[in-house]
Amino acid sequence: MRLEGTTVLAIVLMGLATYLTRIAGLFIADRVRLKGRARAAFDAIPVSVLVAVIAPTLLTSSLAESLAGAVTILSAFRLPLLGTVTVGVTAVVLLRLAFG
Amino acid sequence: MTSTTRRSDSEWRAALADITPAMVAGIPFAALCGALAIAKGLSPAEVFAMSLIVFAGGAQFAAIEIWSSPVPVSALVVSTLLINTRHILMGVSLRPKLHALSPAQRVLGCFTLADENWAVAERRATVRVISPTYFLVMGVVFWANWVAWSLVGALLGPVLGDPKRLGADFAFTAIFIALIVSLGTGARSVGVVVASALTAALVRALIGSPWHVLSGALAGIVAAAILHRHTPDAR
Repeated sequence: MRLEGTTVLAIVLMGLATYLTRIAGLFIADRVRLKGRARAAFDAIPVSVLVAVIAPTLLTSSLAESLAGAVTILSAFRLPLLGTVTVGVTAVVLLRLAFG
Repeated sequence: MTSTTRRSDSEWRAALADITPAMVAGIPFAALCGALAIAKGLSPAEVFAMSLIVFAGGAQFAAIEIWSSPVPVSALVVSTLLINTRHILMGVSLRPKLHALSPAQRVLGCFTLADENWAVAERRATVRVISPTYFLVMGVVFWANWVAWSLVGALLGPVLGDPKRLGADFAFTAIFIALIVSLGTGARSVGVVVASALTAALVRALIGSPWHVLSGALAGIVAAAILHRHTPDAR
């Protein structure tokens, strides 16, 4: 068990910064009521964030990832979550073998 | 009348069933995170503390990447803050769907807010009210899973090898794809997805991580606002 002082300080501050981002949204949302276009923008947050996280992997990393992504998207419309993940992972392994 | 116990039992089960795929997909990431941290000179106890207190995969990977001696405390904190800005958007979106939780349950429960359990909660909210049991159980097991497997990675270290070999790194992407498809269908969602995806890919290529997350998300949100104007009869 080794815990170094500066390391622990960094970890605690990183934790505080992260927790702040986790609860800030709760307090912001408590103070705003949205209608019309603002409401539409608000409702688009989940999809927008999720897409932004994975888009670079699918569009710019390699052909194997892009094709596996396309296969995964198609299966996501037909299969439950676990089936989609199985198809996606299998596809990426095979495509990486095929395209090196 | 169904007893409260039975109802909370089924909420437990639903929470575990819904978060299990994300937990399984999280195992190689957590283990890799622990192994990399050891390679950078952190001790297993420090890895454990970081996963327990920070619990943010993307931010932890970035932190380990820039970790050096002496520890660059302010760079670590700024990088963490920047990468986790998306949590603010996630919290804003989730807050009205957590009306069944008390303020204390929300503030404590959101300690475990992460991409995967947030997305699962958003999907749950489209079919049912999110109960305190559902939200808290899902968050805590997902957190514990991350902490445990990053410690395993720290202890076993290089023995585990590269998770890319088995396509394990793509599981995360596949889960996100499935969640996006289940959250958004319809013509306007396509516009949101295209705006967010193109912006994120472009910013990642031109400016770099983690700016692509925030800019892509904002592009999707703006697209939703613009598309709304063209269909004024929609809500």
